[in-house]
Amino acid sequence: MGVGIEVTNLNAWYGATHTLQDINLNIPPNQATALIGPSGCGKSTFVRCINRMHETNPIARVTGTVRIGDLDIYEDAKPVEIRRRVGMVFQRPNPFPTMSIYDNVASGLKLNGYSNRRALDEIVEKSLRNSALWEEVKDELKKKSGASLSGGQQQRLCIARALAVDPEVLLMDEPASALDPVSTSKIEDLIFELKSQYTIVIVTHNMQQAARVAEKTGFFLNGRMVEFDSTHKIFTNPSDKRTEDYITGRFG
Amino acid sequence: MTETRIPKTQVEFQAGPESENGAGSEATAANVPPAISEVRRFLLSRGNSSLADGGFRWLMVICALSIFAIVVLIGTVLVRSSELTRAKFGFKFFFDQMWDPVNGNFGALPFIYGTLVTSLLALLIAVPLALGLAIFLTEMSPKFLRGPLAFITELLAAIPSIIYGLWAVFVLVPLMRDHVNPILIRFFGWTTLFSGDNLGLGFLTSGVILAVMILPIISSLTREVMTAVPHSQREAVLALGATRWEMIRVGVLRNARIGIVGSIILGLGRAFGETMAVTMVIGNTPEIHKSLLATGNTMASVIANEFSEAADDLHLSALIEIGLALFIVTIIINAIARLLVWAVTSGAPARVN
Repeated sequence: MGVGIEVTNLNAWYGATHTLQDINLNIPPNQATALIGPSGCGKSTFVRCINRMHETNPIARVTGTVRIGDLDIYEDAKPVEIRRRVGMVFQRPNPFPTMSIYDNVASGLKLNGYSNRRALDEIVEKSLRNSALWEEVKDELKKKSGASLSGGQQQRLCIARALAVDPEVLLMDEPASALDPVSTSKIEDLIFELKSQYTIVIVTHNMQQAARVAEKTGFFLNGRMVEFDSTHKIFTNPSDKRTEDYITGRFG
Repeated sequence: MTETRIPKTQVEFQAGPESENGAGSEATAANVPPAISEVRRFLLSRGNSSLADGGFRWLMVICALSIFAIVVLIGTVLVRSSELTRAKFGFKFFFDQMWDPVNGNFGALPFIYGTLVTSLLALLIAVPLALGLAIFLTEMSPKFLRGPLAFITELLAAIPSIIYGLWAVFVLVPLMRDHVNPILIRFFGWTTLFSGDNLGLGFLTSGVILAVMILPIISSLTREVMTAVPHSQREAVLALGATRWEMIRVGVLRNARIGIVGSIILGLGRAFGETMAVTMVIGNTPEIHKSLLATGNTMASVIANEFSEAADDLHLSALIEIGLALFIVTIIINAIARLLVWAVTSGAPARVN
């Protein structure tokens, strides 16, 4: 089951660049929340702050509070623990090319020393079913490598890999932007299915995508969050002029 | 492709001036000044440059082919000059351990054994060190250390072999004899790998000096293949909750493993051929001993040592046949290693972003 995310006064830097400024935001549990905005507005940095991936870059810095459920992730936990609870799917599919499909999905669990084989088999199947890839790969689970799949399949494999560790939150950083329309719609269907079980935060360039999959939408601009509201409100009757300009295509 | 393209452009260039200017370009240029500019006339007068282009191309082809010629030439000379022993001993040459120039008996086994033992020892010592160094440099080193460390590593490769040899004779041999070997004999003597006279010379000392010499090549190539692993692979592992070591193991080493094996084999190739430093510390006795403290000889060293004093043709031929074997083995090893490294740095396997 997913949990909510509470962000208070979040600031982030890349070197001297202040990429996120005073972000305050409550992301509801078991829903999809979309983050939209032009390139370089800080929305990717924002999701990378939620699983503490931002700080893996030596010049990056973060201040502020992020609570996932009851846990203050910057105060009470190490990055490794957070990332075991928060799954992430990246913009470009990044399966492990030297591993079979099976091992790709099981990698998160194996990494943490989980070795119950029968349970692993079940988890791999469940994760692949959840990511709508099972039917396409079930006969070649251990024969084919993760890299032999098509781009769209690779991305669903990455989603399965993230789901296998049973995360409470699933972060998706433009998960469909490198994919063709058919694969994109599969990923969107998937988000629709998954959001009852996980808290999903999806960064997207594609406003229709946000409108299709998300209950809530946040609009980012120049490192600030301009508006956060129900998706319906953002796309039909935004309260901020800049949001309106963006969604009507006047810039970005 | 290029062959068919070149004539086509030539035709276009020649057709240009004739159709516009008729026969005499000088006269027409005076009548109709704007039709052809000074610059255009100059460029047209240059012709199609096919002579310069073709000449350049052939020059480069010859340069490139000369590499093959050199390899073939060396091979031929080695094959022809070793005819005597090849005819007399055949393949037995490589399995016979008797090396007796005085009585005209030649077997290369002691040298093959020496080369294998010293090279494998060198790998055993150098590989963990080189991997550790490469991992530190690519994944963990602070920026200000990365440059100098990499530079010093590369510098090790530039030191002439003879300098290593001198250092080995004056520093490493006494060190091994007085400090390292006694400890090995005391604690591991029961394995019989460390027994017999402790001269400080021999297989182990040669292995150590070889290790220092092949360390830079293994570590710099390993670094190269590790750097070629896309950043997204590291992020994928980190996002699953991996520690830094797990990230390096799964995200980097696993993807670069073919190239790492390649760089190790390349190091092995260098160890095989390394001559001078080893000749100075191995003891130069054509014998096979189980003890690593014993003296021996390697294929490269015996050639260096005995070539100038080889009294008769058979002896000379035997040395050259050893050279031929070394030549073939190192070429094969290098080819395999380069292929493996290439597979990671520019081939497909690890290039999924």
